[in-house]
Amino acid sequence: MNRIHEAFEGKKAFIPFFTCGYPDLDTTERCVREAVAAGAALVELGIPFSDPTAEGPVIQEASLKALEGGVTTDAVFDLVARLRRDITVPLVFMTYANVVYSYGSEHFIGRCAETGVDGLILPDVPFEEKEEFLPYCRRYGVSLISLVAPTSADRIAMIAREAEGFIYLVSSLGVTGTRREITTDLKAIVRQIRAAAQVPCAVGFGISTPEQAAAMASLSDGAIVGSAIVKLIGQYGQEAPAYVGDYVRRMTAAIDNCPPEAVCV
Amino acid sequence: MTNPKGRFGSHGGQYIPETLMNAVNELEQAYDYYKNDPDFNRELTALLNEYAGRPSRLYEADKMTADLGGAKIYLKREDLNHTGSHKINNVLGQALLAKKMGKTRLIAETGAGQHGVATATAAALMGMSCVVFMGKEDTIRQALNVYRMRLLGAEVIPVESGTGTLKDAVSEAMREWTSRIDDTHYCLGSVMGPHPFPTIVRDFQAVISREIKAQILEKEGRLPDAVVACVGGGSNAIGAFYHFIDDPSVRLIGCEAAGRGIDTFETAATVNTGRPGIFHGMKSYFCQDEYGQIAPVYSISAGLDYPGVGPEHAYLHDIGRAEYVPVTDEEAVAAFEYLSRTEGIIPAIESAHAVAYAMKLAPTMAKDRIIVVNISGRGDKDCAAIARYRGENIYE
Repeated sequence: MNRIHEAFEGKKAFIPFFTCGYPDLDTTERCVREAVAAGAALVELGIPFSDPTAEGPVIQEASLKALEGGVTTDAVFDLVARLRRDITVPLVFMTYANVVYSYGSEHFIGRCAETGVDGLILPDVPFEEKEEFLPYCRRYGVSLISLVAPTSADRIAMIAREAEGFIYLVSSLGVTGTRREITTDLKAIVRQIRAAAQVPCAVGFGISTPEQAAAMASLSDGAIVGSAIVKLIGQYGQEAPAYVGDYVRRMTAAIDNCPPEAVCV
Repeated sequence: MTNPKGRFGSHGGQYIPETLMNAVNELEQAYDYYKNDPDFNRELTALLNEYAGRPSRLYEADKMTADLGGAKIYLKREDLNHTGSHKINNVLGQALLAKKMGKTRLIAETGAGQHGVATATAAALMGMSCVVFMGKEDTIRQALNVYRMRLLGAEVIPVESGTGTLKDAVSEAMREWTSRIDDTHYCLGSVMGPHPFPTIVRDFQAVISREIKAQILEKEGRLPDAVVACVGGGSNAIGAFYHFIDDPSVRLIGCEAAGRGIDTFETAATVNTGRPGIFHGMKSYFCQDEYGQIAPVYSISAGLDYPGVGPEHAYLHDIGRAEYVPVTDEEAVAAFEYLSRTEGIIPAIESAHAVAYAMKLAPTMAKDRIIVVNISGRGDKDCAAIARYRGENIYE
């Protein structure tokens, strides 16, 4: 059993995402600490991949910059080890299948457990291909996080039944990135997920404002924010940690105050 | 050879975002139905014959044969197809399938522009809208094809992300498909990507080897000793190989783009220099660094400038059924010039990689041996780039 369930105990979870090594690993480390101090319930750490096909322009660019800066999978594991000296919230990796496969799936997932990574999100590994990684995840107690999309329809129950850690509900069609509005009928999808799943469900993709976060968290168990934070880091560079802290504080406050079933904005 | 999840040995699979899973499942179901539907097949055959000009000729290259002094060489003239390459075979199949599925919009990636032109053509013919993603770098290398696509009514989107080449065009087309699925079919151009694409594209390209087999039996009364084709993603090669896979006497030789050489970083020879990985929806061989970051690849040929290879090729390599050999830019350019002067046929620079290897192979074989070289496309699009390669600055 890992720590992921702790993020959702008695509260809605605010989940920030960071592209590791953007603009450098030291800044990532300071941003994560600020975010946790500001109330982040769980942190997603992105291991940059050269060709991130599920990402919009913001995270694409951050990934390429991080790789140009020399970030490697090993350096990200070292970052996790440093964070784990004092950070106790659950940490999950978000990366692409080839980063794990190429490192050696068992070796990679073993190192996750060793350094204190609780879960793994692989946007290019659907239900049908999870056996590639699941046996190692089970062996080392790392949750392989399942994604549900607006197009999942008849697949929702199948995915939800076997989900571990939490379910990452993709709010909209397309790639990551901020959106003015989210029009998917998430309420109905969450209802189907809850009917089958044993684990909580958090909504991501397109969320940037406190209002959106509150709306998404009110109809699920949490809100995930990536591009908006990465954009902030792009804007302030090494000065970003303080701004990230402020942002996370505003987002967690909005989520904490959100009515139980607010209307989608 | 494929199991239900689209595996070729350990290769293949469906490594794509959940958002696309129902789209590929729907495609698989539609294809499984229509591939056995007599009306669909009748319509497709009519399009291939009446519109694309099939069957393509199997031409005995006797000047080349005499000059090289070894095996007899036949050229499978896919360059004579409408739109100038083998790409039309697959595109007509997929466009017709998409239409049956009720789709009204085709999106595609393109490297050299041949697949983009073929897709734009099919879209124009069938009254569908069309958007083609093309690496920024390639829109410069293949400016003529960009104009052709626009002329045919397609929108061409230059892709600036990543290295601005074919792999980035594929990534961008996948991203676009994720954001608009309802009315849109992703007309993938090669035997790659997630299942069912490698199977669908192979089946539509298999017409090449079906014809070669019938034609060579008629001309020579026997099977060839070798079939040679260039391999980027590998669609013309799998098309040329497919009906010979179960004929062990026929050597199947895929020619990879070695760029400046497989001992340099400026290469796109995936089987020769890559290792197993998972990317663009499939498990296969990829050029990548020690951490699995996809390597920037290089070839003079925009159509072969791809860091992966179709999963069925990876499998044919694993089991030793097909050979994959590297051919450099210099060798390909020399073959481009050689075939033009010797036979009066200007091959695509992609196809010239296969010609180059045949030029090495033929003299090592006896005169009673037969080599079939797949001329996957015509070379008009490459003339300006090859002239530049030779230091002559001409404008298209």
